[in-house]
Amino acid sequence: MINPLQPVGRASLAILGTAGRLTLFTAEALSHCVRPPFYGRNILRAIVEIGYFSLPVVGLTALFAGMVLALQSYTGFARFSAEGAVANVVVLSITRELAPVLAGLMLAGRVGASMAAEIGTMRVTEQIDALTTLSTNPMKFLVAPRLIAGVAMLPLLVTVADVIGVFGGYLVSVYKLGFNPSNYLQSTWDFLQLQDYLSGMAKAAVFGFLVTLMGCYHGYNSRGGAQGVGTATTNAVVSASILILCFNYILTEAFFAR
Amino acid sequence: MTEQPKIRLRDVCKSFGNKRVLNGLDLDVGAGESVVVIGGSGTGKSVTLKCILGMMRPDAGTIEVDGESLIGIGDRDRDRVNRKIGMLFQGSALFDSLHVWENVAFGLLAEHRCSRREARDLAIHKMAMVGLGSDVARLYPAELSGGMQKRVGLARAIATDPEIIFFDEPTTGLDPIMADVINDLIVNVTRTMGATALSITHDMASVRKIANRVAMLYEGRIVWAGRVDELEDCANPYVDQFVHGRAEGPIRMAVRG
Repeated sequence: MINPLQPVGRASLAILGTAGRLTLFTAEALSHCVRPPFYGRNILRAIVEIGYFSLPVVGLTALFAGMVLALQSYTGFARFSAEGAVANVVVLSITRELAPVLAGLMLAGRVGASMAAEIGTMRVTEQIDALTTLSTNPMKFLVAPRLIAGVAMLPLLVTVADVIGVFGGYLVSVYKLGFNPSNYLQSTWDFLQLQDYLSGMAKAAVFGFLVTLMGCYHGYNSRGGAQGVGTATTNAVVSASILILCFNYILTEAFFAR
Repeated sequence: MTEQPKIRLRDVCKSFGNKRVLNGLDLDVGAGESVVVIGGSGTGKSVTLKCILGMMRPDAGTIEVDGESLIGIGDRDRDRVNRKIGMLFQGSALFDSLHVWENVAFGLLAEHRCSRREARDLAIHKMAMVGLGSDVARLYPAELSGGMQKRVGLARAIATDPEIIFFDEPTTGLDPIMADVINDLIVNVTRTMGATALSITHDMASVRKIANRVAMLYEGRIVWAGRVDELEDCANPYVDQFVHGRAEGPIRMAVRG
């Protein structure tokens, strides 16, 4: 009678344990984000790594997402003779959903994985222990700069992705589907509201936090050599991706549900 | 011993799950003394150092440095105590992303003791103490051999002139000649600085060279402690087996973890 319940209990305890550890880690990391000293060089390095070096991948993703969106919405709307709504759909989808979500997922794959691998390697080679012996708090030195950079840079990346995504839709609409360029741009501009852009920015800041948090958490707690670092890297990407999709719904509900 | 020991451990216990690693460990390290803890793998040598440094919290017992109890102290006090301690890690644990001189000067820069230029000069001075030229300063750790990485690790450990230095298996992975060079450096720098040294190692050549006193750790407690010249002739069967590297004896090596 008891045996079938054992795996359930064990799994529940493991989930609760992980949730507790993650909560404590998050609280400690956040406290170090707002308490001096701040490691300016580390913040700058993380900003360059997250912001500048992610620009190509985020830009390309947004460009093709905008192009596909224009093409798909045109073929769909043509059935209802509503082709004129393509510009509206593209700008709304890009700013509200696609740019923040796709940029977040790209960042999880590129930056979250690299953070988990770097911090995980530092853990298994005792570099994190060495920081402690050198009067340096590892959370403040390694985690806080990455969180600050993640929250600051993803909104900027998403702003760039918004522009490139809309431009992708413009390219397809004008040069392939025969839309009038000035009408398309006018329609895009008229339909866009500040709230659409700001909701995307808020999502981007949350996703930037989630990606860097997962990268740091899994790296920081990695164990057992190369295999442990590999597992940490995988877990960082998977957990960040799932959390991005989950929080995307929660935030959309919070911003737009009537 | 009437003088207060620099480091004092009493009845320290530490378990991981069902496995009890430290089981009532008692150890005194006098000021200016070099004590080496020997023992097989998994007997709790590294755990002992981590408990003293505050990286692990013992389940029971007391740990004192200069008479100050370290159990349950706050972060600020812990930082103050840890500033007295330098450590050479088994794998050197150098920061890959920093130049060699930045690794050596890391503690100085972290404590804002001096400017970057002064820290660089001081790092080069400490590197000279361990036989490294200034041409190495701008290299990255990955560009160095294992022996050179150990020297950089040693320079980093002594950069802040600590009162206590921990050596975690300082000669592991080095050829016998380089191991002897590192042993000589350890003896020289600790004597020059007058530092207290606590080392852990399996390497008996290293023990004979760097130790004033030796303590044998087995099953989480010290089973023998004495002067290094007593090591060969002591009647303790654990020490005798370990020193002579015999498979037969009271020490049973765990074949399965």
